[in-house]
Amino acid sequence: MSETALLRSRAEALGQALPPLLAAAEHLAATVMLGEHGRRRAGLGDEFWQYRPAHAGDSARMIDWRRSARSDAHFVREREWQAAQSVALWVDTARSMGFTGDKSRAPKADRARLLALALAVLLLRGGERVGLAGAATPPRSGRGQVMPLAEGLLAETDADYGQPDTTGLVAHGRAVFVSDFLADLAGVEAAMGRAADRGLRGVLLQVLDPAEEDFPFDGRTIFESMGGSLRHETLRAGDLRDRYLARLAERKERLATLARASGWHYHCHHTGQAAQPALLWLYRALERAA
Amino acid sequence: MWMLGPIGFGSPLLLLGLVALPLLWLLLRAVPPAPIRRRFPGVALLLGLKDAEAETDKTPWWLLLLRALAVAAAIIAFAGPVLNPQQRAPGSGPLLILIDADWADARDWPRRIDRATALVEEAGRAGRPVALLRLTDTPQPPVFQAADALGATLAGLTPQPFAPNDLSAWAKVLPSEGFDSFWLTDGLEHKGRDALTVALGAKGKLTVFQSPRPLLALRPAGFKDGAVQVSALRLPAGAAVQAEVSARGLDPAGIERELARVVLAFPAGKDQAEASLDLPPELRNRITRFEIAGVRSAGAVSLTDDSLKRRKVALIGGAADREGLLLLSPTHYLKQALAPVADLIDGTLTDILLANPDVIVLADVARLSPVETDAVMDWLDKGGLLLRFAGPRLAASDLARETDDPLMPVRLRIGGRTVGGAMSWGEPKALAPFAQGSPFFGLEVPPEVTVSQQVLAQPDPELAARSIAALADGTPLVTRRAVGQGQVVLFHVTANAEWSSLPLSGLFVQMLERLAVSTRPALAEAADLAGQIWVPELVLDGFGQASEAGEVPGVAGEDLAKAVPGPGMLPGLYAGADRRVALNVIGADTKLTPASWPAGIAVEGMEVAREQALKGAFLAGAMLLLLLDILAALQISGRLTGRIAAGVVATLLALSPPQARAETGDDFAMMATAEVRLAYVVTDDPGVDKIAAAGLRGLGLRLFERTTVEPGEAVGVNIEADELAFFPFLYWPVTSTQPLPSVEGYAKLNRYLRSGGMILFDTRDGDMTGGGASPEARRLQLLAAPLDIPPLEPIPADHVLTRTFYLLQDFPGRYAGSPLWVEAAPPDAEQAEGMPFRNLNDGVTPVVIGGNDWASAWAVDERGAPMFPVGRGYAGERQREIAARFGINLIMHVLTGNYKSDQVHVPALLERLGN
Repeated sequence: MSETALLRSRAEALGQALPPLLAAAEHLAATVMLGEHGRRRAGLGDEFWQYRPAHAGDSARMIDWRRSARSDAHFVREREWQAAQSVALWVDTARSMGFTGDKSRAPKADRARLLALALAVLLLRGGERVGLAGAATPPRSGRGQVMPLAEGLLAETDADYGQPDTTGLVAHGRAVFVSDFLADLAGVEAAMGRAADRGLRGVLLQVLDPAEEDFPFDGRTIFESMGGSLRHETLRAGDLRDRYLARLAERKERLATLARASGWHYHCHHTGQAAQPALLWLYRALERAA
Repeated sequence: MWMLGPIGFGSPLLLLGLVALPLLWLLLRAVPPAPIRRRFPGVALLLGLKDAEAETDKTPWWLLLLRALAVAAAIIAFAGPVLNPQQRAPGSGPLLILIDADWADARDWPRRIDRATALVEEAGRAGRPVALLRLTDTPQPPVFQAADALGATLAGLTPQPFAPNDLSAWAKVLPSEGFDSFWLTDGLEHKGRDALTVALGAKGKLTVFQSPRPLLALRPAGFKDGAVQVSALRLPAGAAVQAEVSARGLDPAGIERELARVVLAFPAGKDQAEASLDLPPELRNRITRFEIAGVRSAGAVSLTDDSLKRRKVALIGGAADREGLLLLSPTHYLKQALAPVADLIDGTLTDILLANPDVIVLADVARLSPVETDAVMDWLDKGGLLLRFAGPRLAASDLARETDDPLMPVRLRIGGRTVGGAMSWGEPKALAPFAQGSPFFGLEVPPEVTVSQQVLAQPDPELAARSIAALADGTPLVTRRAVGQGQVVLFHVTANAEWSSLPLSGLFVQMLERLAVSTRPALAEAADLAGQIWVPELVLDGFGQASEAGEVPGVAGEDLAKAVPGPGMLPGLYAGADRRVALNVIGADTKLTPASWPAGIAVEGMEVAREQALKGAFLAGAMLLLLLDILAALQISGRLTGRIAAGVVATLLALSPPQARAETGDDFAMMATAEVRLAYVVTDDPGVDKIAAAGLRGLGLRLFERTTVEPGEAVGVNIEADELAFFPFLYWPVTSTQPLPSVEGYAKLNRYLRSGGMILFDTRDGDMTGGGASPEARRLQLLAAPLDIPPLEPIPADHVLTRTFYLLQDFPGRYAGSPLWVEAAPPDAEQAEGMPFRNLNDGVTPVVIGGNDWASAWAVDERGAPMFPVGRGYAGERQREIAARFGINLIMHVLTGNYKSDQVHVPALLERLGN
């Protein structure tokens, strides 16, 4: 089984357990596309909405003759206006995501891709349009989109730390950023600024390895980033633990604050935990983001 | 050699290396531990953090100390440290070694021989002539000879079962020139020791070696208050200890085994302990010896003679028609006379006969029913003693009037006679002195004993021969007749004082004693012993082993009465005309007196502080410290994760000595019994065990190939820990250093042998030395001594082992030609008609003993190829084949018993079929 097929089957298996995600729809005028989200108003769509008396200016072919024949007036049959969301996924593909603190645990990138694709499967099943940030995979609906998404997710970059990519985000859509957010936070802030400018709401999912949470190191150690661009030498790693943990907590706090300020949602997920609760959280968070 | 306290150094200059330690300290301090490189994305958060303590870039002090200690230990190790280095100035001139070689030396005899061997070898290195004296021998001048000539004879020395009689005699035979002497003493004071000490001291330097081990000695058992009293002595009187005394004797099957065991507790500071052993008479009469369990010394063994035996006497009186008049009861005086010295049985005659008494006393009982008569006759034929007393009822009956009654010694005349009564003439009759040939001969007749009434015997040609006591006028008083192996004795008077005053006198008791009705007093009086030659039946050796006396000459009773064993009178069991007397090393009043040595004589313990090289210990310590250093370094650099720690612990556990087998009893039993398994006894030598396992594997393969016996994998069996009953066959390779099994182990082995198991003892030496003088053979003798092994003989040509599967005539292993010993055939085995072999007994020989190293001949490796060469070329392969055939025959013998012996009957069966 190829790598993409494997990822896809695992993601589908994970998504199986949840009902189709019906993302709450907000008014997005420019990106309205017909979908399964009723707008509670008359418009273009498949579902019946109401009959209304025909006004002047309605063309004859708009009149519903079957209804009109039962009374004296003419009625026009209106349909509910239906729209689909555009959800853009950005999954960090930098080398820092390749870290794992234990050989028996998959790297962070693995978990991040899995969660993203599972979410995509759910959204696609709900009729949403899902794409990846960047120009390569624009949002599309339908089950056929899963394969391009999976292929796009498997791409890797050489950078040590990844910065959110805001190109290709559809205005007033939804955005999901999955990363360890260990890079300079200025990039994240800038990306979120640009997204907010374009009316996007979304979710920040921080994926960390338990080793990054616990810092189980001691002794004389030279720490290097995954790409080797950063290094730090210490003689007693154990002494650094408290300060490291304080910094990590501060970073999480900043991310949470950032998310709150722009109406986003933030969650921290560890690869040591099960993936299902994180997917559930993503599902709910996208509902709430409406 | 340079000394530092008790430690000497072989090359002390190396110790200067210790000066370099501070340098090492400085060097090590300067080098921080190597860092680990870790990939860690979180490094982004670490940037800019400073280490709190700046000095940790140096090695911590305790790690430095550890390393410095390791290096110091290595330096000291290479300087060659030796604990207690022997710096004895080598003496010169001849060396005389004296060994007491008495019973007290036997407890640690091998150690004494080791010590003597060491002395002889040391003298040999120094080129000194050596002589060795056994002080229990008859004094003779020492012969100084070369050390190697003497050393070869040392292993054959044995201790004697008595103490040296007079040591001063040795002082007179010492040569005139000077010599040094070493005296391996037993620590007891012997007569003339001072004189000999002075004489030796005058010749040269005298050194005394004295064993610090406590000495235990067992006194003869006595009889008190109906229980056997056992007492033991010890030297020195130290802390409270316990010793176990086991009473041994023949069981009903005629096999010697332990009958009872009692614990003697020595209180602290006391040198004597006593205990009483209350045994049923059946058991007590069987006891032949007491011994302190686990002590191999003649002093720890006490043989019992007749004095401990109590005879069972059944008293049957006539019906008591005059109740309440105790003094007139027919059996009252008998009871008084016998109760202290015999076990009395009451009951009806038929019940009594079931208890198989030694003596039945019928006091004035006339008639027995025909059934009772027959039973008593049977009992008499087997050696019983029927003692009858006359009385009014016997006199009134017509018993034995006309014809001989089988239960009466003589015929009686009607009525009897009365003399000296109110209605008769004459005086009551006194007794005549006992004639020579009568069992009562020698007893003094008190004049006050008179007879006033008696039954009279019919005149008869045999009357004179049957009469063993008579009155002054010649009428028989006591008559006796032999019936079968037993005898019938009739007192022509009553057993109470009605007809005579005999029961009132001491003579009555003595007469009963002579008739062996009652038991003799515990100790033989000198007068009883004097005048006869006492022939030894059993003699003890120095280790307390009893053996048949054989050609040992008898001793005069006067000497025996002194009860001092010596070269001419070994301790043992001596038989006289009518009794047996035990002569023990320790008498009832023997005292253990510690030897006192004059000041100025060096007294060393047997355990001299041995020279002990410490190099290995120091090197091991250095290695251990370095290992610790590895762990510490890992810990310092943060590399000691849980997994590594677990690995280290697992390694340490694996290195630690193997634990006792954790198999539970049930698992072992299932493993052992699921299929037939051949087993070998685990020895102290893993190499021998491996060969034994491989040998049984090879034998198993042969059995699998050729017979229907399909044994499982061979099992190593620990005598102490494992149950033996599951294995039909044990192969026991004997090593010269094998530890002896414990008392429980021996009990288990004896149970195993009795319940049909077989042990093949293999000394693996091919009997090269001949006559069992190899170290393994000597070890085997020690090992097998406490085992219940029947008499053995070299395997006869018609033994069933020669034809249980293959027809074999010799039984080679890796060696050929050494004899194979099996249980001896019964002496009455007869040649079977028309068959080349005898009708032999049932059962399987419990032991097979030989030295042909069969396991090596059988041994195959995992691929089934022979592991050891046997012989040469084709003949060797033939020998291996015969060895395998012997193994198959042996296992067949174990599993099928004497089945093949039954072939004797084949001609008879065929003949019957043909008709």
